[in-house]
Order: sequence, then C-alpha cells, then structure tokens
Amino acid sequence: MIARLTLTERQLAIVLAGLLALVGLTMAAAARQGPMAVHGFMAVAIGGALISAVIGKMYAPEPSPERLSRYYDDPIKAGILIAMVWGIFAMAVGLWVAALMVWPEATFSQAWASYGRIRPVHTTGVIFAFGGNALIATSFHVMQRTSRARLPDQLSPWVVLVGYNLFCLWAVTGYLMGVTQSKEYAEPEWYADILLVVAWVVYFVLYLRTLARRAEPHIYVANWYYLAFILVVAMLHIVNSLALPVSFAGTKSYSLFSGVQDAMVQWWYGHNAVAFFMTSGFLGMLYYYLPMRAQRPIFSYRLSILSFWGITFFYMWVGSHHLHYTALPNWVQTLGMTFSVMLLVPSWASAGNALMTLNGAWHRVRDDATLRFMFVAAVFYGLSTFEGSFMAIRPVNALSHYTDWTVGHVHSGALGWLAMVTFGAFYSVIPALWGRERMYSARLIEWHFWLALAGLLTYVFSLWNAGITQGLMWRTYNEAGTLNYSFLESIEAMRPYYIARFAGGALFLSGIVVGAANIWLTVRGPRGTAADRPLALQAAE
Amino acid sequence: MSLFKLHYNLEKHSIALVLGIILAASVGGIIEIAPLFTIDETVETTDDMRIYTPLELAGRNIYIREGCYACHSQMVRTLRDEVERYGPYSLAAESQYDHPMLWGSKRTGPDLARLGTKYSDDWHVAHLIDPRAVVPSSIMPAYPWLSENEVTIDDLSAHLKTQQRLGVPYTDEMVANAASDALGQASPDSEGAEGVTERYGEATNIRSFDQGARLTEMDALVAYLQVLGQMTQAPYQTPERAEQ
Repeated sequence: MIARLTLTERQLAIVLAGLLALVGLTMAAAARQGPMAVHGFMAVAIGGALISAVIGKMYAPEPSPERLSRYYDDPIKAGILIAMVWGIFAMAVGLWVAALMVWPEATFSQAWASYGRIRPVHTTGVIFAFGGNALIATSFHVMQRTSRARLPDQLSPWVVLVGYNLFCLWAVTGYLMGVTQSKEYAEPEWYADILLVVAWVVYFVLYLRTLARRAEPHIYVANWYYLAFILVVAMLHIVNSLALPVSFAGTKSYSLFSGVQDAMVQWWYGHNAVAFFMTSGFLGMLYYYLPMRAQRPIFSYRLSILSFWGITFFYMWVGSHHLHYTALPNWVQTLGMTFSVMLLVPSWASAGNALMTLNGAWHRVRDDATLRFMFVAAVFYGLSTFEGSFMAIRPVNALSHYTDWTVGHVHSGALGWLAMVTFGAFYSVIPALWGRERMYSARLIEWHFWLALAGLLTYVFSLWNAGITQGLMWRTYNEAGTLNYSFLESIEAMRPYYIARFAGGALFLSGIVVGAANIWLTVRGPRGTAADRPLALQAAE
Repeated sequence: MSLFKLHYNLEKHSIALVLGIILAASVGGIIEIAPLFTIDETVETTDDMRIYTPLELAGRNIYIREGCYACHSQMVRTLRDEVERYGPYSLAAESQYDHPMLWGSKRTGPDLARLGTKYSDDWHVAHLIDPRAVVPSSIMPAYPWLSENEVTIDDLSAHLKTQQRLGVPYTDEMVANAASDALGQASPDSEGAEGVTERYGEATNIRSFDQGARLTEMDALVAYLQVLGQMTQAPYQTPERAEQ
C-alpha cells in the first residue's frame, strides 16, 4: 500500500507521522503520569510505527502514472476492515454491558470494568468507531464513483483514517481509565475533541476537492447526505465540546455551559448525532448501494430533494424532546415536540423512496441476502422514525422517558437501520473492491442475515416490554392513593427482559462474527483491483 | 415547479450546497438555544443558592469519572408520581453552576436529585462498597476501591480557578484555600473545619464521611451525594407547596 504513494507523498507522510509522535511526546512529557501520558505514548507509538513503515518503502519504485486512470481504493479497503474489527469489539462490549444488568458481579471488582465505564465504550465503539469508519470508507467509494473522479491525492484519506481512529482509541481507552466528560455520546475529553476536529476538517476538504474534480455536472444525492453528515457533525461537535481544561497537562476540563443551557446544548448535540451521524450519513450509503444492488434507479428524484432538506432543517429543532417536563422552559419543549412530529414526513419520504425503488426487484430481495439487509434497514428506518416521533409527544414521553423503551428505540435504529444498511453496503462493495466475482459464501451471508434479524427482534421486543412495564410500574397507584410499587420492585421485574435482551445481543454479535469471517475469506489471498475506471482522464481530451 | 428547477442548478455547485446545508441546519439551534442565555426567567433567582465545597466538587468529579449518569438521573420531572416518589420537581436554578449538568437520560437506578440527607453516611459507604449487602436485589456495580483511594487535593485550587473563570462565584480566598478546605471539611473540630464554615456557610456538612482517618474518594463522593437537592431550599418552597 505504501509503495503506491508517490515519493513526495511518502516524505509528507513521514513529516505528518513525525508531527503526531511529537504531539504525543509533548503530551506525555507535560502530563508525566496518568491517562494523558498513556494517550501521549499511544500517539508516539502510532507515529513511530507509521514512520518506520514508510521508511521501509522509501526507495521502492514510484507508482506508474497508470494509477491515475483508476480509482484510489486502498483507504476504502482499510476502512471497511477496521470498521468490522471495531464492530465486533464494540458489540462484544455491549454484550458484556447487557450481562452486567443481570449479573452485576461480572465486573470482578475492577474499576475499569464497572458499568459506568464500559457503557460509553460500547456506545462510542458502535456509533463512532464502527459506524464512523463504515461511513468514511463508503463515502470514499461513493464520492469517487458518483463523481467519476479519482481522489485528488493519496495521503489525505489516510490522515482522516489515522486521525479518526486515534480519536476512537483515545476515547474508549480513556473511559476505562475514568477520562470522561459524562456528556452522553460526547464523553471524550478536550484533547481528543481537538484531534477529531483536525481529522474532520481534512475529511471535509478532501470531499470538496473530490467533488471539484467530478466528471458529472450534478452532485448525486448520496453526496448531499454525506456532506450534511460531515458539516453538521462538525457544528454540533465543536459547540457541544466547548470546555475549559483545568490544566493543559491534564485530561480534566469543565464544560463552558452549565445547567439548563448545557442540557439544551447537550441534547441539541445528542439528538443530532442521531440525526446526522446515524441517519444522514447512512442515508447517503442507502441512496448509493440500494439502487446499485437492486439494479433499479431511485424511485423519485423530487422525493429525494424534499426529504433531504426536510431532514436537514427539521432535525435540528427536535433535541428538546429529550427534556420534556424538566426544568427546560416549556416553549422549547413544545417546539421540540412539534418539529419531532413534522419530522415524520421527510423521514417516511426517505423510507418510502427506498422501498418504492425496490418495486420490480422484489425477486432480488427474496433471493439476495445482501439486498435484503438493505430492505430490512429501510423498513426499520421507517419504524424507528415513527417510534421516535411518537415518543417525542409529551404525554407519551412522560411514560417512556428514563425507561428501557428509549434503549430499545435506539437499538431498533442502531441494529435495525445503521448496522443492517452497513452490512448490505459492505457485501455489495467488497467483491468489486478486491477484484472478486462474489463474496466467499452466499450461505454465510444468509446466516448473518437471519442471526442479525433474530437478534434484532429479540432485543427490541424485550426492551419494549421492559420499558413499558417500568413506566407503568413507576406511575401505578393503589386504592389508598399511594404509589403501588417501590423502585426496587421495578428493577426486579426487569430481570427476564434483561436476560432476553442479552440473548438478542448474543445472536446479533454471532451474526457479525459470521460476517467478518466471510469477509476475511473473501479478501485474503492475491490482491485484485476494482474493474471500474474514473472518467476524469477522458474529460481532459 | 420552479423550486425543483432551482435545486437542479443548486446541486451542480458544491459550495452552494454546503452553504444551503449550513443555513438550513443553523436555524433550529439558534432559535432554541440563544434565548436561553438571554431570557431571565429561564433560571429562577434564589436567595440561598450555595456552591460546591472543594470536597463536594471532588466528589462530583468522581461521579463523573465513574459514569454514574448512565443509570441515574438528577432531574425530577413535573409529574405527580415523580414528585411523590422522589420529592419536589427540579428547578433550573439548582444546576445553574453545574459544568456540565448531570440530568441524565436513564433510570436503571432511581433518580438522585433529592438524595441528599435521605440516608446516613454509613449507609452510603456500605452501599457503595457492596450494594447487595444493603439492597439484596440491587444491580448496581460495587465500588470498593473508593475507600482505598486517597482523593487528590493538591490540584483542587486549579479546579476552583477554572470554575471561577466559567462564572461560578468562587472567591479568590476559596480558590487559595481549596486543598485545606477539602481536608478541613472531613475533619471536624480542626482548624481547617472553621475555615470551611466561614467560607461556605454554617449549613455545610462538616464530618468524616467514611469514618476513616484518611481523606478518601469515598469521603468526597459521599459528601457530594449528601448535598444533592440541598444546594438551595427553593424547590421546597414553590407557590404550590406553600399552598398545601
């Protein structure tokens, strides 16, 4: 892979890796001990490893100019494999977290293994590490193919991947050492947040540079969604992470916001991490891979436009539905609820557009598990967005909030939509990228599909039951007019549902393990390359 | 359908698309968030609101470090069953100095907004060391190491200084004496204890929270848990309550 970089790119790579090692060394020297020193040394180790890898290939012959007539797929391949590794890791941790709710002693009295520390490892691991790498990898594929142009250079995609994954590593290892802001889905501390901004800016610029080279006059709809994902996540992340470090030699910082304003900023961020990370980005994926796999054009171009702008505009209003009946002023709650209900229109327009695209290809949905993954994803996207709008209605929220219903809802989105569409996209793109005719085994894809679906249904049904039971028990009055159940009784009532949830998680995890094995068996052995070619060179004639 | 025509041209220009996305995505946040900083009624004014002592702040940071927010909310909603189960509903004023707020989003365990003074220190210590020794069917993790780890106090001045910069009304004197105040709060009858009362008020809990000689993370965390809901008496004096 390194031999495919040009000499200038290799030199620049050494400079950048050296810079990373230097930053790491500064952090370690300033902190001397504790988590920040550990993280500094991690940066030094990664920088050093990259330098020695590049130096080893420094005098390899330069790549032939013929490469410019191909797409640059190496970072896509790396991103997909990294996403699968993170996926297995994060879902395995998720299973452990689920186990702790049934067998609380499974922390073995280790501080790093307590529920509060590994729960964010699971959420960050799945959403940002697995989902983020999947989005970055597929966006590199989609932006090149829909622009019919090669990436502008061979170094920046690696800067994005290395920077982003170091952020994920700092985040999850930090939690285990107790480094967290305790802001949900924004737990990483200030220095990791800065690293993410750097990687993200490179990513955004790379996207625009690729679009600028496009040989197609129009920017395809998948790219709108990826662009919205990159831009809005940057906005949200920067504002919500504003904080003042206690010392530049330490991990701890205090959020710039406090109390009710902090709560609103946090859920403006939190809900739109769902919207622009877990929805917009993955809709980009859906809009490219679903029509490709179904061999049908997108059902309606106009519906795509309406749902794209609807989602981008409406979503940003709805965060306050996480704060119904709290100390947040009523008018903000009402706005959040209203926009949440209106959001159903563009959401269902997207889901409907995807499902109508499958009209005329239903026999493929039946026969092809890869396409079926994306079909189920579109269905669960529709179901989760309906459920989300429903739960945002104030009286419904009175029952559902603080219960496991919310957790079930998030998983119907994360497992049913985000993971399913990712697997469908991966199975679609992997054979082509590695120059194979097809995946190693179609039967293993079927196995993965049914394990994932069984796990998903078990999971969400058990937590729907758990959440509604909890919500009802908390508000049940007896004839004497007093509360009928103690809080503890509601915990005891959860046990069967938590066991069922654990079983569902185990099924889903075994599915992704089967999937990873299948992917590994497909890609190992002699390297092939994608057969398709960019149009950029012809455009110069 | 000139709008679609407009879009037909818009999607040919990446920068126009980028600006459109930024514009569409900014409106909601600006309208919902900015007024919260300017409308005075957003946060009630209270005359008795106190701030965390250095030891309580250290305890709060342990609460943050251990990720307690993942299972415990600190926000009683304005619903009858919640008020009857936990106590008066939470006011915005109570968390006005909380950087960040810890309202939480999930109650795997009960809400903690009204926890302070509900249980004894001994109960908290026993419960944190082994929850199931006190509550047999509890599913809370055990935190035995809290009573073994000494709490770090030499950087507390820097913590208070940072909070002061963010607008929390710590005086320079409080910042300067942070470490000794932390020690003093857990050693009644010491000279340091007097300083704590002087700076943070008569109502401050001054006692050895875990009954041990050393100042441990357990002392800090229990000190924090015992002031939850006790930073101001305003929630207990709302007009509805006065009528009852």
